[in-house]
Amino acid sequence: MKLLRLVPEHTNIDFMRWRNYAMVVSTIMTIASLAFTAYRGLNLGVDFVGGQVIRASFVQPVNAEQLRGRVDGLQLGESSIQEFGGPRTFQIRLPKPEGNDAAANVAAVRVQKMIESNYPGARIDAVESVSGKVSEELARDGAMAILLAMIGISIYIWFRFEWQFGVGALVTIAHDVAMTLGFFAFTRLQVDLNVVAAFLTVVGYSLNDTVVIYDRIRENLRKYRKMAIIPLINLSLNETLARTVVTSMSVLIALGVLMLIGPEVIFGLAIAIFLGVVVGTYSSIYVSAPVLVWLGVTPDSFIRGDDKDAPETQTA
Amino acid sequence: MLEFPRWKIWFVSLVVALGVLLAIPSLLVGTTLASRWPAWLPQYKISLGLDLAGGSHLLFEADARDAQKQRLQSMEDSVSTELRREPRIEVGDISTAGGRLSFLVRDPTKIDAAVGRLRNLTQPLGLTGSRDWDVQVMDSTRIVMTPTPSGSARALSDAMKVARDVVRRRIDPGGTKEITVVTEGNNRILVEVPGVENPEELKRRIGQTVRLEFKLVDLDANPADVQAGRAPPGSQVLPMADGGGFMAVKRRVMVSGDQLTDARQGFDQDNRPVVELMFNTTGARRFGRVTQENVNKPFAIILDDKILSAPNINEPILGGRAQISGNFTVQTANDLAVSLASGKLPVKLNVIEERSIGPDLGKDSINKGVIASIFGTLGVVLFMLITYGRFGVYANIALIVNGFLILGIMAVFNATLTLPGIAGFILTIGAAVDANVLINERIREEVRRGRRLIDAVETGYREAMRAIFDANVTHVISAGIMAYFGSGPVRGFAVVLLIGVVTSVFTAVYFTRMLVALWIRRARPRVLPI
Repeated sequence: MKLLRLVPEHTNIDFMRWRNYAMVVSTIMTIASLAFTAYRGLNLGVDFVGGQVIRASFVQPVNAEQLRGRVDGLQLGESSIQEFGGPRTFQIRLPKPEGNDAAANVAAVRVQKMIESNYPGARIDAVESVSGKVSEELARDGAMAILLAMIGISIYIWFRFEWQFGVGALVTIAHDVAMTLGFFAFTRLQVDLNVVAAFLTVVGYSLNDTVVIYDRIRENLRKYRKMAIIPLINLSLNETLARTVVTSMSVLIALGVLMLIGPEVIFGLAIAIFLGVVVGTYSSIYVSAPVLVWLGVTPDSFIRGDDKDAPETQTA
Repeated sequence: MLEFPRWKIWFVSLVVALGVLLAIPSLLVGTTLASRWPAWLPQYKISLGLDLAGGSHLLFEADARDAQKQRLQSMEDSVSTELRREPRIEVGDISTAGGRLSFLVRDPTKIDAAVGRLRNLTQPLGLTGSRDWDVQVMDSTRIVMTPTPSGSARALSDAMKVARDVVRRRIDPGGTKEITVVTEGNNRILVEVPGVENPEELKRRIGQTVRLEFKLVDLDANPADVQAGRAPPGSQVLPMADGGGFMAVKRRVMVSGDQLTDARQGFDQDNRPVVELMFNTTGARRFGRVTQENVNKPFAIILDDKILSAPNINEPILGGRAQISGNFTVQTANDLAVSLASGKLPVKLNVIEERSIGPDLGKDSINKGVIASIFGTLGVVLFMLITYGRFGVYANIALIVNGFLILGIMAVFNATLTLPGIAGFILTIGAAVDANVLINERIREEVRRGRRLIDAVETGYREAMRAIFDANVTHVISAGIMAYFGSGPVRGFAVVLLIGVVTSVFTAVYFTRMLVALWIRRARPRVLPI
């Protein structure tokens, strides 16, 4: 059987030749993403700003305007209505009830009654109401978790490699998280608790590629002590290129299927990780490797390196 | 490489077999095969999160102000009871302003005795010598009792424990349902009830703080004052439950709902619904004594500070049984009985988060999740096969075994599968092959460098191991943080990722290594099909 080779056997791509352009592009993109996020804001779900959400499925396609009119007729404050995966499923969002603590979902109950009486056969799929207090905590915990994960992973890389690699990891994660944030700000996709899980996964997985490449750079630094850093990084990137492409493909296949035919509720999570994997593949080549050049990694960075090797695995 | 000792082969095979065996009951749920699964085999099953099974999630928080108020009130009661005992110490009105009790001792010479007796009412906290209340004398005539912060914290944590049990009894009087009632942090209670139960009904049942008290009616009060809301010292004015005006009752509680052992709905001689009460020994004794001393006087039955009725004491009530009537229906009498029997909520609980998911949405999610898992796995399997051939087959076997192992481990630990957990499962499938990709690419590389076959395979596994190890630690860090910070569904996602990392290293590295070693030993290939 002829096996598929997505990457030819002997590649010799001069990745580092474009490193300055790439860095300019990455920097601009990162700043643009963050600025855009700051300017336009994220479409935060009730998990993070508090409020009430009712999701309902109807027997027949529903006229959104008519539904909106009926909800507005209840005079429950500023509400928003959104299709959710098709014209028969809608998400109705209501502002958080008076007071910061109580999640009195009186309003949600009224909407529920309205739907039941106006649209016979409609099914209430979910009712959620989150008080301001809880949403503040969830937002704080979410931000905290992402930050801690970034720092924790960077420190681990620093211990396992050298400080330059730790910095490279941190810059790479920050780049990937910023891009994903920008994506959410741009598409107005709702950011809920699941998306925070996605961000954390992106943090973990974007580093996956980086770690594999760093590992190869370290190995080559020890092997070819005379080689200049730029050809050495190029060599390492080319050697690991096939693996980078194959792994990214397999993750994207699995996530693509989840995105296309998986449950709607986790679409945000799936697309965030999908995007994170794409961005992470790019950044492992064009963010994490050039950083090493600027931070002046040389073979001497690993002069004491041998005792830092991975625990000797058994050879059976 | 080739020396794969027999015991190791047995060990790896055993782990794989065990994983598959443990996973099967969870996969059979809801199919007709479930009943055919032999009873002597493991029965562990994965439980489904609320987002998949449907149900309600309610997060309550104790009302701090109410907790403090109740604490002051109960101390106020204890103080007046204590000082009225012989030798009696006369005190002025007790003020609760500013979150502390303060009152005048009429005879200044008795102030030290009073302080001593009041100190006995307070509780020591641990071994530090501090107590839950501070008793101080001000201006040598006034006693001020202030709750200490650590005392308040202890009172809150005690109250939360009681509240948790009360909540459980109220939702599930029979103790048969699979509900979760746990305290979270120091002032919260999380309630999770799977199934179709209406959350409004649940909240109503939990939130009902029924406070039942029996107090003597103050017959000396001036009726005009009472209607104007003024009561003589030691008494209070309460409204009638039927809206028929007000009545003055003594502040002192004869007996309260705390002293009940049971409450049931019953019928009186005219066949009207009533609530029958059974008091514990202390309650029965006090009820007996007070009714003995006050024959032919009325007493008030008070529910949540409203007077239900004020019957006359015709004769002493000695058996520790009583019944209360009012305008009950069978339903309301029954509800009241349940709330009385479940005990008093020691503190008011507010809902601060509420989520309910319909069971149909959960079913849709499971179906779509299962289909996506199957097609996702198929896609990856196909991709591995066309990329690595025979070595792809090994990676695929490892992948499927990995799926079983994840489910098996989740079942043994009775982990909860949530909707994001399904995503975690699919993601793990995609990522688990990464270890095999690393190994296989490395083997290809070593072959290109001209290493001999066995040497290439061995180097491939050894060299790839380092990167696999480091890459997986990064996942463990992010998934661990997620499990720690995340709530409900997100934690479910993190758990699947964590388990997946561990099992995928086992299947992708040790298991495939064994398969490859066995194949090389048997077939003695001359070139590697990779």
